[in-house]
Amino acid sequence: MRKPALLTLSGVSKRYGKIQANKQIDLSVKLGSIHAVLGENGAGKSTLMKLIYGVEQPDEGTIAWNGTPVSLSRPSDAQALGIGMVFQHFSLFETLSVVQNVSLLVPGKSADLAGKITELGAQFGLTVDPQAMVHTLSVGERQRVEIIRCLLLNPKVLILDEPTSVLPPQSVRMLFETLKRLQSNGMAILFISHKLEEIRELCDEATILRNGEVTGRVDPREHDAHSLAQMMIGRDMPHLSPGTHATPGEVRLALKDLSHPRATRFGTSLENLNLSLRSGEIIGIAGISGNGQQELAALISGETAAQDAGMVEIMGRPAGHLGPLERRNLGFSFVPEERRGRGSVPEMTLSDNSLLTAHSRGMLRGGFIRRQIERSFTRDCIEAFDVRTPGIDVEAGALSGGNLQKFILGREIMLAPDVMLVAQPTWGVDIGAATAIRLRLLKMRDQGAAILVISEELEELFEICDTLHVLRAGHLSPPLPAAQTSAKDVGAYMIGAAA
Amino acid sequence: MKVRLVRRDIASRYAMLAAPVLALILTCLTSLILFAALGIPAGEALYALLLRPFLSWYSFSEVLLKTAPLLLIAQGLAIGFRANVFNIGAEGQFIIGAICASAFPVYFPNGDFPMMLPAMIIFGAIGGMVYALIAAGLRTRFGASEILVTLMLTLIAIQILNYLLLGPWKDPRGFNFPQTVMFPFNALLPILIEGTRTNISLIFALVASVLAYLMMQHHFGGYQLRTAGLAPRAALYAGFSTPRLIWLSLAIGGLAAGIAGASEVAGPLGQLQRSVATGYGYAAIIVAYLGGLNPIGIIVSSFLISALYIGGDSATVSAGLPVAAVDVFQGMLLGFYLLTFTLIRYRVEIDRWMEA
Repeated sequence: MRKPALLTLSGVSKRYGKIQANKQIDLSVKLGSIHAVLGENGAGKSTLMKLIYGVEQPDEGTIAWNGTPVSLSRPSDAQALGIGMVFQHFSLFETLSVVQNVSLLVPGKSADLAGKITELGAQFGLTVDPQAMVHTLSVGERQRVEIIRCLLLNPKVLILDEPTSVLPPQSVRMLFETLKRLQSNGMAILFISHKLEEIRELCDEATILRNGEVTGRVDPREHDAHSLAQMMIGRDMPHLSPGTHATPGEVRLALKDLSHPRATRFGTSLENLNLSLRSGEIIGIAGISGNGQQELAALISGETAAQDAGMVEIMGRPAGHLGPLERRNLGFSFVPEERRGRGSVPEMTLSDNSLLTAHSRGMLRGGFIRRQIERSFTRDCIEAFDVRTPGIDVEAGALSGGNLQKFILGREIMLAPDVMLVAQPTWGVDIGAATAIRLRLLKMRDQGAAILVISEELEELFEICDTLHVLRAGHLSPPLPAAQTSAKDVGAYMIGAAA
Repeated sequence: MKVRLVRRDIASRYAMLAAPVLALILTCLTSLILFAALGIPAGEALYALLLRPFLSWYSFSEVLLKTAPLLLIAQGLAIGFRANVFNIGAEGQFIIGAICASAFPVYFPNGDFPMMLPAMIIFGAIGGMVYALIAAGLRTRFGASEILVTLMLTLIAIQILNYLLLGPWKDPRGFNFPQTVMFPFNALLPILIEGTRTNISLIFALVASVLAYLMMQHHFGGYQLRTAGLAPRAALYAGFSTPRLIWLSLAIGGLAAGIAGASEVAGPLGQLQRSVATGYGYAAIIVAYLGGLNPIGIIVSSFLISALYIGGDSATVSAGLPVAAVDVFQGMLLGFYLLTFTLIRYRVEIDRWMEA
């Protein structure tokens, strides 16, 4: 006997301008089920969840609750029915305590709420101190607060958007325990992810999306990663060949007891970071964002000056006091994690965005811009790095995140740097483009460049790095040779279990 | 009805041209209602305001006369505005420019100073620039908002002007009026069009426009300023020095306003008097934005606002329009322009299901 469907979507479509984000989607979620929505970046998962949660309204199709069609014009409508959502990027106020954050959404006296928070925490393994200030909490704890806040509204369906993407491996285990307990309590859970192994472990149903359409409706436990990948990206998961590995040469980037106080209360202080990066080598910095990653990147790039010139050495020269432009002149280049507004100016054309950092490549004469050279550089870049764009006079902001990332990466690689820093190279990039980016980095390494990669994606780091460090709470782990280290070892550093 | 603004992928060039025109139409329509409510013959008022400046050679030359300072100041300000450096104290820099230029004819009233006019213009330019750079220093050193500092410096400039005109610089034979001696002939700008008051400061303004165009569209300095304005973090990422761009922006704005101030006393006024502070520095802010902060657009908008000044004068006489109504008209024009400006980046979408 099949369980009855609680939430049913039939023929739901949503279009944004020229982009068909969702096309004729059917989905039914049953009580007591953990239902995966699987798809890569841009497949339409987030749009679908926004429709269910009432953030957006479908152009076509119906959403039914217990068989009755409903119209959800705002999130409070969805909450009233019993739909709760935990967003990928948390919506908590850092300056408030846990119970204060909860009381913003949940009616009731603070004292009662605090009691309920502790009670729910004990019941579902979501331990968190109700009086703690949110900015003191770890990412995993913040996620628990979000989940508790949803649970206090007594939802029947809980939506989790990429909940594991920000968690260290050990916290993922705890989250799964919680979700299984909720499931056995009869709740329906919509679990959005692009990670195949997780879904095979946790979920009993999966709806697979590709390009806004449903390409599969399966029981993930009965399929292997290979066939799920086929449905998700239309082919096998791409694999990287390690490439010909050159012997590492001279040290090109060195951090020597790099310490830096945090700039704001919510920043992270860095303490005594030591690192040495050689030519022909890729070193990865693992760890969850917010543990000093942004501060470290800015200190290496020169956007923040170090307190002492000797703390950062580029090409054997003390560079801690130099600005970004002077560091670039030493042979350094940098791909930042924010593509819009930092790595590029969205309102400017691609060709003007080349000028941002590549102006030293003969694009200026007496301070005046040589358009011919600027344009041919840009054309070469979009061709060599497969940037999908109608032309070089298109504004950078009109490109998709993945294409813009390829452009920025291409621009920085074309500067032929001796040392390169890449932060979150494949955030929000589809699998095909991500593989292309990783291949490029490996090729650069084989040609003798020294590359430092800061990433939250452990799989990615293991794929391309020779050595890993873990950055946690402003402290850097000792170097871990990637070949002799397991994800679990790295995870131990990520949660501070290993020192 | 459900109307939404949807962000455009690419700024619309069509809307860029249409926005000021639409703003002018909306302003005229609103003024018609407003004037009618005031019991003023609205048709006559608009005719005087918009058309009469172009109907006689004399009034047209007066439009050109007023265009010169507006255009010059606005070109200077727009460069800073593109970099998000909001110098709104051009009025003060204009006054200081006028004062610095006046020092020469005041101390050499017989005109026996060599190179009188070039010295006045250069001194006026330096005065305006240094005055604006006070704000740059306070901003880069202490993080003081240049908006407040430049605005307050304007009040100080007015008091300096008052002090000089009531004290040391007062014309001894001027019947105690707060004004300096009339300047000697060699302290006056040559007239550009015979029989009018239009002088060569219009040439200064047009040259400044060409320079502004070259700098903002084709020079790396202008590129850095635009980057700093559009995406400050991208400017930091690329290593463009923000303090340097702040100094540069304020220097250019102050320099242009200073030249305009010098040209005003060496031009139509022929002496330093209180009425030198007529609000060109503030009007130029409107001019700069109405021209889309674009050097070519500013040529058009400075001409338009100048025509409104002349038209406003004639409307107060012929249609009995209150003086304040001209300010209201200008204010509405800027307000409507900022509204219609949205259309460049956004398009209006009316939900489909409403039509069904």
